[in-house]
Amino acid sequence: MRRTTTAVIIGAGHAGLAMSRCLSERGIDHVLLERGEVANSWKRERWDSLRLLTPNWMSRLPGYQYQGSDPNGYRTLSQTIGFIERYAETMVSAPIYTHTQVRSVTRRDGGYAVVTNQGTFRCRAVVVASGACNIANVPACAEGLPSDLFTITSRAYRNPSTLPEGGVLVVGASSSGTQIADELQRSGRQVTLSVGEHLRAPRDYRGRDIQWWLDAAGVYDERFDEMENLSRARSLASIQLVGSPSRRTLDLNVLGERGVKLVGRLAGMRDGVALFSGSLANMCKLSDLKLERLLDRIDEYADRTGLASAVEPSHRFEPTRLPSNPPMSLDLRGGGEIKSVVWATGFRPDHSWIDVDVFDRRGRMRHDGGVVDAPGMYIMGLPVLRTRRSTFIDGAAADARALSAHMSAFLAVRQAA
Amino acid sequence: MTITTNNTNLNADNGVNVEALLGAREQLSGMPAAAQFKWRATCEWINGAHSRSTVQNYFGLGAEQSHRTKFTLDADHPELFAASDNGVTPPELALTALASCLTAGVASIAQMRKIQLHSVTATLEGDMDVLAILGADTDARNGFSNITVRFEIDADASEQEIEALVAQSQKRSAVFDIISNPTNINVEACKA
Ligand SMILES: Cc1cc2nc3c(=O)[nH]c(=O)nc-3n(C[C@H](O)[C@H](O)[C@H](O)COP(=O)(O)OP(=O)(O)OC[C@H]3O[C@@H](n4cnc5c(N)ncnc54)[C@H](O)[C@@H]3O)c2cc1C
Repeated sequence: MRRTTTAVIIGAGHAGLAMSRCLSERGIDHVLLERGEVANSWKRERWDSLRLLTPNWMSRLPGYQYQGSDPNGYRTLSQTIGFIERYAETMVSAPIYTHTQVRSVTRRDGGYAVVTNQGTFRCRAVVVASGACNIANVPACAEGLPSDLFTITSRAYRNPSTLPEGGVLVVGASSSGTQIADELQRSGRQVTLSVGEHLRAPRDYRGRDIQWWLDAAGVYDERFDEMENLSRARSLASIQLVGSPSRRTLDLNVLGERGVKLVGRLAGMRDGVALFSGSLANMCKLSDLKLERLLDRIDEYADRTGLASAVEPSHRFEPTRLPSNPPMSLDLRGGGEIKSVVWATGFRPDHSWIDVDVFDRRGRMRHDGGVVDAPGMYIMGLPVLRTRRSTFIDGAAADARALSAHMSAFLAVRQAA
Repeated sequence: MTITTNNTNLNADNGVNVEALLGAREQLSGMPAAAQFKWRATCEWINGAHSRSTVQNYFGLGAEQSHRTKFTLDADHPELFAASDNGVTPPELALTALASCLTAGVASIAQMRKIQLHSVTATLEGDMDVLAILGADTDARNGFSNITVRFEIDADASEQEIEALVAQSQKRSAVFDIISNPTNINVEACKA
């Protein structure tokens, strides 16, 4: 095992692998350190029925493009794992040290010391590609839940049999929350879905996948340094979407028809009773209005490019149907209808092992489009890192190209000095 | 996703100083302690259900602050409840607080979006089963079971843009949050 290299990449998900490919193309000597196995997050942190919500063609990586017969389909979990493993085998030549957990990164002699459970690595540059979803967010009020109530995060959830029989409160209505609510309701449980801010979208619009439109119309190419409100863009919840062979749409209307009860955002707990916000109508209105604007933008794009006549006609979707009297509270104490709670309230990265002064007041890493505020340190795989595409597998290629170019220049300057 | 509008007017003037607001956001983000405000009111009983509230001082930007003048607000119950009707009822005050907060939000968001407003009227209604406050129905809620707000807005903007203004103003409103979400309340009492 070589312990001194020019660069260390932490994490062998698609982002770290894409970066490795780009560094190799530039002749930058490096290793990858992975605490588990290649594609570890997909192997250990996703539910069984998950399919990608991005179509097969939309997983372009450096040197890789989907060649199969179903470009518009959606990979299952095992297909996703297989795809990333194959990318590692065929496209990555640098050594990948698996079962090697990074415990700390510190500055040392103008470079970095990367301490792992398999010893210490020394390098001049570090790429943090350890994922954006290491920790599941749970709201502070969760402390007030009755202690005997079964609770689980979307990260730990596998399938309905993970949960006890009986009613479920799913908190969070982005893509994870809506997919899990749908699956649990189908399993015969009565699901109550707590809905805060969310984004809805149809699976297909005018005969094309919504992701196709977002890609074509340039939405995913919006750059981080040209956004009016970058921190808001970075904290946006995922769009309510599911990948399925039937190309179905999954939104609050679909869930409502299926019998899922909608309540407002979980606002607090009092004596074992969950209290919901009265803002449900506005949350749904905001989401309906955002969808309108998105479809307007797509229509404008179709008109401008002459596509309009080649695709199905423009149309609009029914606004979100609101329950007439959503309950403002739900008794979670034993004996009530609710037997479990699923937190689908988003994720955050775990950077607690990085001992370098690169964090802001709220613990977020200070970086400029992935160039971290410490010489030779880079980060990959965060939402809207450099463009809106960065949030997806499809964004890693451009990000890795840009950041490997930056690293190459950084190393050259250091060499010259 | 960027908001594209055909109605933006660089000269739109709703009497809101957007630069000052954006400046404050910028500055306060850098010094979170200064952003900690305390809003205050005092209230004195007059007679029956009639009381008079006074608002003058508050705390913010790390120091004691004062309104330009001392404001008073009378509250009472109507004659229907055998009271003297010297002022609006406290639940009506809550409705006015919500209305004013949302309206101020509409004006400033319109200004940010460079939309000229001509008139904004909000009409509010709160449903209440008074058996609860009379102690005759312990299952009913004391407060409103539902509040409806209807905005009528004349502005140089499309229907969709107007709806978006109102939706965004709810998202940013203090009183909308106060009413729609639970708040912990500590009430102390002592002998004067
Ligand atoms: C539920 C869910 C669904 C998603 N669906 C899609 C989708 O449909 N389409 C899409 O394009 N994107 C999707 N994403 C977003 C994104 O593509 C995934 O989060 C993806 O896994 C991110 O890849 P990554 O390489 O950045 O991080 P990860 O895949 O998380 O890889 C990071 C790696 O770093 C390792 N690691 C972490 N800490 C350490 C350490 N200290 N030492 C050593 N190794 C470490 C981890 O074990 C992991 O293997 C989804 C995300 C989630 C959570």
